[in-house]
Amino acid sequence: MDEISVRIGGSGLLWIVPALPLASAFLDLLLGRRLGKLAGLVASATVGLSFVMSTYLVFQLLDVASPEGRLVNQHLFDWISVGRFTVGADLRLDVLSATMILVVTGVGFLIHVYAIGYMQGDPRYGRFFAYLNLFVFFMLLLVLADNYLVLYVGWEGVGLCSYLLIGFWFEKTENASAAKKAFVTTRIGDTAMLIGLALIVREFGTLDFGTVLDAPGETITKGVATAIALLLFAGAIGKSAQVPLHVWLPDAMAGPTPVSALIHAATMVTAGVYLVVRSAPLFELSGVALTVVLIVGLVTALFAATCALAQDDIKRVLAYSTVSQLGFMFMAAGMRFYTGAMFMLVAHAFYKALMFLGAGSVMHGMHEETDLQRMGGLLRRMPITGWTFVVGALALAGIWPLAGFFAKDQILEIANHTGRTWIYLLGTLGALLSALYIGRLVFLAFFGSPRSEEAEHAHESPTVMTIPLVVLAAGAVLAGLLFSTSAEGTLARVLEPVTGPVPHGEGLSTLALSAIATAIALGALAVAWWVYASGRVEWLTLRERLQPLPRAARNGWYVDHAYSTLFVNPGTAAARFTANVFDTKVVDGLVNGIGAGTRRLASAVRLVQTGFVRSYALAFFLGAVGVLVWLGTRL
Amino acid sequence: MPLDNVVFWVFAPISVASAVGMLLMRNAVHAALFLVVNFFCLAVFFLILDAPFLFAVQIIVYAGAIMVLFLFVIMLLGVDRGDDLRERLVAQRPLALALAAGFVIEIALAVRTGIGFATKAPAGFEAVNDPGNAQAVAKVLFRDYFLPFEVTSVLLIIAAIATMVLGQRKARAVTQAELEAIETTGP
Amino acid sequence: MRTPIAYFVVLSGVLFTLGTLGVLLRKNALLIFMSVELQLNAVNLALVAFSRMHLALDGQVLAFFSMVVAAAEVVVGLAIIVAVYRRRGTVDVDEARGLAG
Repeated sequence: MDEISVRIGGSGLLWIVPALPLASAFLDLLLGRRLGKLAGLVASATVGLSFVMSTYLVFQLLDVASPEGRLVNQHLFDWISVGRFTVGADLRLDVLSATMILVVTGVGFLIHVYAIGYMQGDPRYGRFFAYLNLFVFFMLLLVLADNYLVLYVGWEGVGLCSYLLIGFWFEKTENASAAKKAFVTTRIGDTAMLIGLALIVREFGTLDFGTVLDAPGETITKGVATAIALLLFAGAIGKSAQVPLHVWLPDAMAGPTPVSALIHAATMVTAGVYLVVRSAPLFELSGVALTVVLIVGLVTALFAATCALAQDDIKRVLAYSTVSQLGFMFMAAGMRFYTGAMFMLVAHAFYKALMFLGAGSVMHGMHEETDLQRMGGLLRRMPITGWTFVVGALALAGIWPLAGFFAKDQILEIANHTGRTWIYLLGTLGALLSALYIGRLVFLAFFGSPRSEEAEHAHESPTVMTIPLVVLAAGAVLAGLLFSTSAEGTLARVLEPVTGPVPHGEGLSTLALSAIATAIALGALAVAWWVYASGRVEWLTLRERLQPLPRAARNGWYVDHAYSTLFVNPGTAAARFTANVFDTKVVDGLVNGIGAGTRRLASAVRLVQTGFVRSYALAFFLGAVGVLVWLGTRL
Repeated sequence: MPLDNVVFWVFAPISVASAVGMLLMRNAVHAALFLVVNFFCLAVFFLILDAPFLFAVQIIVYAGAIMVLFLFVIMLLGVDRGDDLRERLVAQRPLALALAAGFVIEIALAVRTGIGFATKAPAGFEAVNDPGNAQAVAKVLFRDYFLPFEVTSVLLIIAAIATMVLGQRKARAVTQAELEAIETTGP
Repeated sequence: MRTPIAYFVVLSGVLFTLGTLGVLLRKNALLIFMSVELQLNAVNLALVAFSRMHLALDGQVLAFFSMVVAAAEVVVGLAIIVAVYRRRGTVDVDEARGLAG
């Protein structure tokens, strides 16, 4: 089936969507200090405009009657042209990228507005918004790419911006270290992905989505497809913080909270999911790859959920939660339920961004305190923050009719219907743990009585910060109802041309499954209330009695320690050896040795110049005799 | 007549001995005189080689003019007192002597390969020296070698001028005080 | 004449070598100069000998030119030595060591 690109109203303007944030980024970089407060407004307005433009373009796209015809390509310029290998700066708007740009610009806009208030007073205010805008540009480039190379540019770009933003307050060394850790860890995945790209070039001769993803089974074998898919997934593991490359995300919480919300909840970490869904035709060719995706997703979901349960830092709970939720998304993709993965991506963007911003609001009101043990009773003191946070938490726990319910429920339903009983059971366990940890978070932070001075005197955040919370909460509530993902649901129908049909099968009825899921979620929330908010359980003592499990969970089951011993310490030792021993002794020795040697040689040769004319005359004579001898032998 | 053979074998050792003497003398004047003896021997060789013109020129120019100049300068500068014969340069003497020996051997070998030690002077040189050696030389000189001759004469003029320039003592600038002194005391 | 020409040439070589030794081994500039004159004369002898052998007068003319040029050279050379003596007070060539490395 050949792709036919259509012209829709304004399709020539597709490039404006990423260009606006880029322009604003440059503006803020160059004039940030002069703009002062205006920098934030300019940045937010730009993203808002991008959102408006995206909405317009998406509506135009959906106006096209036939689902297969909903595709707009825009070729900006020829980028690489070597022999028969060409790569263009191409943009692509289809239903999949349409979903993504709406999420990125929409949620991005709200977070920018929030950040105007949150980052107020920061000396590098303008620079922050420049980086944030630059990030939005790269993310848009990533999702609007029409070939793997432009996608990779966006991929690396968001990694760069993530580094810049995590380490924004680089005056504290641990922030800079966290940024470095994020960058290096994702680099491992990126390298594998690049190898995957090289394989694609070798097999297909091009990186264009149109060519590669259009019936790839005719060009490559199953084995090659597996290799490519696994390499691309490796990149996704890094970028989306799945096990075993998840270690950077909890530490990335060192960055400002809007960064955590935007990059590490709503957009950058979802790039991996987008990549897998986009490359679905390749993954479909290989059952092995899909199984790997499924297993990695499942393991990550459970692993991270246990870790989230043991954290005392409000942002770290949310970080591990993100890792876990991404695991669910990959589970869906692994079961070929791509629409489900995408819907969960959208829902998660809403409620996780909401909760991160809420956490930021809490920190703002509590003078940057993040320890849950020092919070309590904030619902009364910060009502808007509190109630919107509760909405987000309920969405995550999967309570009907909030978005999270639809997302998670559908995924478990597909597991059940396709006969994957173990997946269904373990997935349900994961859902239970999710409800448990988020319940714990909400009850510890907002309910009960204040456990510290700051909690006692906490105050609500300014309007510029609370309005985005409300909007996101509305999204978390309504998204599910509007875009339900059952086979007849709107999103499934819309995405079908790109992702393929929703898998279906036989199993327990939808109603039964929903009932089970809701019961489990409510039960978990009840337990959480009992333990943490009712005051009838001394949960600290309980935790002590369960040691060492809680401590292990808190330390991420010591994965970081393992990496430290296996990789970081030998690496540092090698670096130290190279710097102190090899560089000083061997390299410097060689270089200085050459200098010293030359000097010694020169000192020796210098002695030939005695200054005595008669010695020179003797040398002449010697030469003359020598020449004569030589001539004599030639006679 | 075997006379010229005798002449050669008498004067050859004398010339070598006088050359060696020149080398070994500590006093520069003595060395110069030994060199004069050597030049006389060479003049005799020119004679027996049928070059009477050169025999005369050698004595007049070399022994008569050049060596006289040398002696003038030696005595003018007063360096006839005595040369220190100690050699301070390391290995200069042994090396020089070794190389010299090698050099002589090479010459001998080259000559032997080239013309052989037995070749005698061919007869018939009288025809070359037809009216007389001086006239014959003059004929060759002013006909075939006219240009070098003229150039050489220019060379001599240049040499004379150069010597005059080199020999100058710089004139001191006359100071104002000295000028006044001359005027007051009168011419 | 019954002396082989080769003898003259070899004698010329010996005298030339002696002149070279003088250049290398004496320290007095004037003596070095005299040794150079000895070298030139040795060459003149060789020239005349070969001229006799080849039955031509070119060798003699060449020897003649050599003498003329040697005369000019001696004049200039002695002037230089005198000038140097006036400057440094010595004609010892070992004292001229300014370009030592």
